[in-house]
Amino acid sequence: MPYENNTINRNIRTDFPLLEQTVHGRPLIYLDNAATTQKPKVVLDAMYRYYASLNSNIHRGVHSLSQQATTAHEAARETVRDFIHAAEAEEIVFTRGTTESINLLAQTFGTAFLPQGGTVLLSPMEHHSNLVPWQEAVSRKGGRLAYIPMTDGQYLDMQAAESLLAQKPALLTIAHVSNVLGRINPVKELIRMAHAHDVPVLVDGAQAVAHLPVDVQDLDCDFYCFSGHKMYAPMGIGVLYGKKSWLEKLPPYQFGGEMISEVRLYESDYNRLPFKFEAGTPAVAEAICLAEAIRYLQSIGFEAVQTHDRLLLDAATESLSALGGLDIYASDQPKCGVISFNIQGAHHYDVGVILDQMGIAVRTGHHCAQPLMGLLGISGTVRASFAIYNTLDEVEKLVEAVRKAKAMLL
Amino acid sequence: MEVEEKISQLIKQFSALEDWTDRYALLIDMGKSLPLLPDAEKSEKLLIKGCQSRVWIKAELQDGKVFFKADSDAVITKGMAALLLHVFSGQSPQTILDTPVDFLDQIGLKEHLSPTRSNGLNDMIKQIKLYALAFNLQK
Repeated sequence: MPYENNTINRNIRTDFPLLEQTVHGRPLIYLDNAATTQKPKVVLDAMYRYYASLNSNIHRGVHSLSQQATTAHEAARETVRDFIHAAEAEEIVFTRGTTESINLLAQTFGTAFLPQGGTVLLSPMEHHSNLVPWQEAVSRKGGRLAYIPMTDGQYLDMQAAESLLAQKPALLTIAHVSNVLGRINPVKELIRMAHAHDVPVLVDGAQAVAHLPVDVQDLDCDFYCFSGHKMYAPMGIGVLYGKKSWLEKLPPYQFGGEMISEVRLYESDYNRLPFKFEAGTPAVAEAICLAEAIRYLQSIGFEAVQTHDRLLLDAATESLSALGGLDIYASDQPKCGVISFNIQGAHHYDVGVILDQMGIAVRTGHHCAQPLMGLLGISGTVRASFAIYNTLDEVEKLVEAVRKAKAMLL
Repeated sequence: MEVEEKISQLIKQFSALEDWTDRYALLIDMGKSLPLLPDAEKSEKLLIKGCQSRVWIKAELQDGKVFFKADSDAVITKGMAALLLHVFSGQSPQTILDTPVDFLDQIGLKEHLSPTRSNGLNDMIKQIKLYALAFNLQK
């Protein structure tokens, strides 16, 4: 039985209709969860229910449907607040996803708080989404990016981080969990160090929220962002958390309806938080579904989620190592969700094609983290990434498929 | 050998193999036996962009026929290049332009032809046809 050894005590697999399919005549084994997770029925049902019974434009409608939809949308915001333990719901800004959250900040913080010639500090393991917007932001201000070096291409060099923070960059922006390595970065420690130098911190939580409990007040981060679709919610919804004191100081991001309180012919007053940052009709159904996904995740509980994740990762790491002839990147703790590897002498693309033939969906390539690939001296990896519905049986099949790929390719 | 003959030979060879493992093994063998392009010749100019693996295709016109050389750092991609070269190398530019590539469906590689697939089979075909077109225009 695939589940007898872990603490998810019911077969949650049946909650995910998409998983019931075959690829090239074999049962689908979906191990591309770091790219996007599948959605449980409760989330799919919530989407249907919204459009079947609640759909209307929110916030200024007097009619009851609009008021109900508004209530549901704001209740979703409260659910997100509770999920990441923010102090207030107005600190939760809905966006399209992590990428938009970071662009929002690069635009607004970049305009108002990045000085001419200023520096943004980050790490070489950032996803391109937490790199390119900052390249743009600093170039607009004639500034520069600075990178915390890594040791062995695996860990952030904390001593170097300390001396870089002492130079007072305008912002530190850092992945909570690396999308390539699964490495959990010591963000709480980094935030403490940054704040000692009055440096604000953005944490990119895209790869963390489905795997770890997040408490933004405990972390004391100034900003935190994530996407719904990597945590069992639909695509098109994401979150930017910001401390109220920061969000109040930032200028608006996009302009138009919803984000104003009063419009005159030649100037306008902007709305209060968080609506100041939410121009236009928001993704109401998606926000409601995000709340549903959060409740689903909470019904399983992060203790079980983490135990399960650890079980799959340990099994995968152990069995893949035992095959021999593989390079496994950042295979030790602390990490979650992801195992990245290469078969020595084989191209990651070839491995991906053969795994696909065996019904196994993994991701191959640079995973939108080309600087990290450069640092590791490789062009890409094969990445298997796990979710709550994956099983030990699937891990075994992955290992078997890698063994077969090795035999075919070498 | 005529181009039609080469194509039907390939189809016969691949369709005799029922199992995907054998079809891919053949493709991998073809990739491995494709002569290497010397590193010095793997210039940025010959590189086909947008593939997850890197592919280089070089073409030369000799006595009215186009001769291709190709290489890739991924062996399955290289196998696909070998397959295309087997059919197209040594043909006249006009024949290359006139020959449809639907034979790839019949050898069970159709799934690789999706325009969004990142293996570059489509890009390789486009590049081969572009070389032929350029040689045709030179005449």
